[in-house]
Amino acid sequence: MCLAIPGQIVDAEEIDGNRVGRVRFGGITRQAFLDFVPEAQPGDYVIVHVGFAISKVDEEEARQTYAYLAQAGLLDEEEFAP
Amino acid sequence: MFICPLPINRRDKVLLGHGSGGKLSAELLRDVFLPAFSNPALCRMDDQAIVEAAGARLAFTTDSYVVKPLFFPGGDIGSLAVHGTINDLAVGGADPVCLSAAFILEEGLPMETLRAVAQSMGAAAQRAGIPIVTGDTKVVDKGSGDGLFINTTGIGIVRPGISLSANQARPGDRVLLSGYIGDHGIAILAQREGLEFETRIQSDSAPLHGLIGAMLAASPVGGIRCMRDPTRGGLSSTLNEIAGQSGVGIALQESSIPIREEVRGACEMLGLDPLYVANEGKVVAIVDLAFAEAVLAAMRAHPLGAEARIVGAVTDRNPGLVTMRTALGTTRIVDMLAGDQLPRIC
Amino acid sequence: MRYIDEYRDAKVAESLTRRIASRATRPWVLMEICGGQTHTIMRYGLDELLPPEVELVHGPGCPVCVTPIEVIDKAIAIAGMPGVIFVSYGDMLRVPGSRSDLFEVKASGGDVRVAYSPMEALKIARANPGRKVVFFGVGFETTAPANAMPVWQARREGLTNFSLLASHVLVPPAIRLLLQQPANRVQGFIAPGHVCTVMGYREYEELAAEFHVPFVVGGFEPVDLLEAIAMLVEQLEEGRAETENQYSRSVTREGNAAARRIMFEVFEPGDRKWRGIGPIPMSGYRIREEFAQFDAERVFDVATVTAEEPPECIAAAVLQGLKKPHDCPAFGESCTPERPLGAPMVSSEGACAAYYRYRRNPLVKVSDVHLSPADQQAR
Repeated sequence: MCLAIPGQIVDAEEIDGNRVGRVRFGGITRQAFLDFVPEAQPGDYVIVHVGFAISKVDEEEARQTYAYLAQAGLLDEEEFAP
Repeated sequence: MFICPLPINRRDKVLLGHGSGGKLSAELLRDVFLPAFSNPALCRMDDQAIVEAAGARLAFTTDSYVVKPLFFPGGDIGSLAVHGTINDLAVGGADPVCLSAAFILEEGLPMETLRAVAQSMGAAAQRAGIPIVTGDTKVVDKGSGDGLFINTTGIGIVRPGISLSANQARPGDRVLLSGYIGDHGIAILAQREGLEFETRIQSDSAPLHGLIGAMLAASPVGGIRCMRDPTRGGLSSTLNEIAGQSGVGIALQESSIPIREEVRGACEMLGLDPLYVANEGKVVAIVDLAFAEAVLAAMRAHPLGAEARIVGAVTDRNPGLVTMRTALGTTRIVDMLAGDQLPRIC
Repeated sequence: MRYIDEYRDAKVAESLTRRIASRATRPWVLMEICGGQTHTIMRYGLDELLPPEVELVHGPGCPVCVTPIEVIDKAIAIAGMPGVIFVSYGDMLRVPGSRSDLFEVKASGGDVRVAYSPMEALKIARANPGRKVVFFGVGFETTAPANAMPVWQARREGLTNFSLLASHVLVPPAIRLLLQQPANRVQGFIAPGHVCTVMGYREYEELAAEFHVPFVVGGFEPVDLLEAIAMLVEQLEEGRAETENQYSRSVTREGNAAARRIMFEVFEPGDRKWRGIGPIPMSGYRIREEFAQFDAERVFDVATVTAEEPPECIAAAVLQGLKKPHDCPAFGESCTPERPLGAPMVSSEGACAAYYRYRRNPLVKVSDVHLSPADQQAR
């Protein structure tokens, strides 16, 4: 359930009392409601589900954990190299 | 406390899915039309029928266009119809000769719309060098149509010795694809009410007879087993049909399949698989291994085949199934879809 | 695509698989709860990469599958009414009701439209003041805030022609029910990453403590799931039963308060029946009294029929993870995506459909077919 994908906020504005923005997903752009992520600004990445941003991607958290994973991968290779 | 959901299997009405080019369409053919019309030419179920008449081998094909919206980035229902019918002839190894165009118009359709479509069709036919020589027009009551439906029929002459058919794929053959998949379907979806999104994607609608001519010239007779244009139902439906009719397996390599970033983005957002998205300017060819590189080179030398790739191979394993080696090195099935792909929330 | 592609990296996936294989010393049964996670596992063949010690069973995380049949029947009834524009998420259209489905309503002339977002339905309502517009709001906690927003907005705007047919189910009560079953084999859970994005993961901490079972909140890409599995195996091998967060780039312990605020203004918890499982107390959301005029169930008077359920479909067992789709005698034979016997075969998130689409027994791996010299070099 819950198909949601990360995209980058291109711009944001208030329309009819909602905070709405254009979000870019790998080359296409779509409008998304940003009311649930008041702290997210253009340039930030958000996770979007059915046209609503439900979280702002914690880029620092992502960078740290991924760096750890990628590094673990390299170390593994050394371990298992013939 | 634990109860089972209820089955449903009644199908006494035509559903939209019956027109989508996938399993339901195949069912309709099998259960309604083939029993009624049965004859050898039809039963081969290629994109076109080849009939012998007066010493020539004629290719004959027909197609109806019901696309909405009528106008979309990269084309319109008119140019789509011209290209589509030319392509159905070309993939059978036929040189297209001429086309017909029959219109079903809804009362109240703006004349300007009709004029624009007709102009576009004429221009497409002229650019392709294939004239529209006859046609018909009918008007139906307001509310009975979607504004404008077009049926096009095409006649071509099959080159001597050429015999292309979906039942000729053999283990060891290579699967060649002429370029990016999913462009047309995504260009259409981007306009659809309820889904709208911004994209620069254009439909890839194009006449392929020039590209296909170059491919045939690059290999001896029999080197290319069959060709198809993967329209509704996408690359998956086309390859499943070939695998089924030839009784072989087809193994694809995910990393070899070219997909534009925008198409990927749209598919990720809507939960769609690009393998099932329609194309209108692509050709898939099953080629004898010995000639695969030569045909590939010929494709890449042509403007419509610049991004051509070898995307898979025919195998004797898993006959009738299309499988794919994923980016992670595992294997999955590329199934034939039941009806149209639906955007999902899950 | 950023934050997607790197989580599909083959090398990282490989190293995680090696880590899992080296840590697992005995059999473990794990469950991923969310249908989207099931989809990824099947589509990328992740279970193929796991060592034989690690068995994955698939949980009831498909809101489409578990929507009660009565709700589908109500949807069909409302969609068929004259003057109604019925707007729905795509995946609901093929779910079978007692006698029909929304696709058939559309084929019979009903105005049934697909939307990617619930706000599209609001747009349609504003544009069609003379018609009654109904949105079919299905989902887990992830989707509830989004489904609540058009209702909240409609009230603000004073719209009188919009209503929501709501069917929300909550994950923790279903997990609790599973854990309470004597036949339960699941020893560790991958918690649903997008549900937790909204709700946080405090509820899973409670479950972990109560049942002494580890939870790891997982994302939806192959690397996310493999990492979550690695973390679960680690916990199990060490005898821990904690709640950890793999999907930390989206999930925090407290979740999204702004989303929950709108959601709880419009919805309140209530009892809910799960298709294939039965009633679970306080396992769903219903529309609050003050929004009654936007509650399609109250706006439209729809009588419902509860039909007898035949025994052939083992969806109940599959949804609880007790059986795999290919344990079912009907799987792939009398029950296929074109002719589904039960909901898990209809929705592409359902375990049965996922198995059918991506895997079929027996499947021969074709890993030794080389495409061309250039391809071989590239590998």
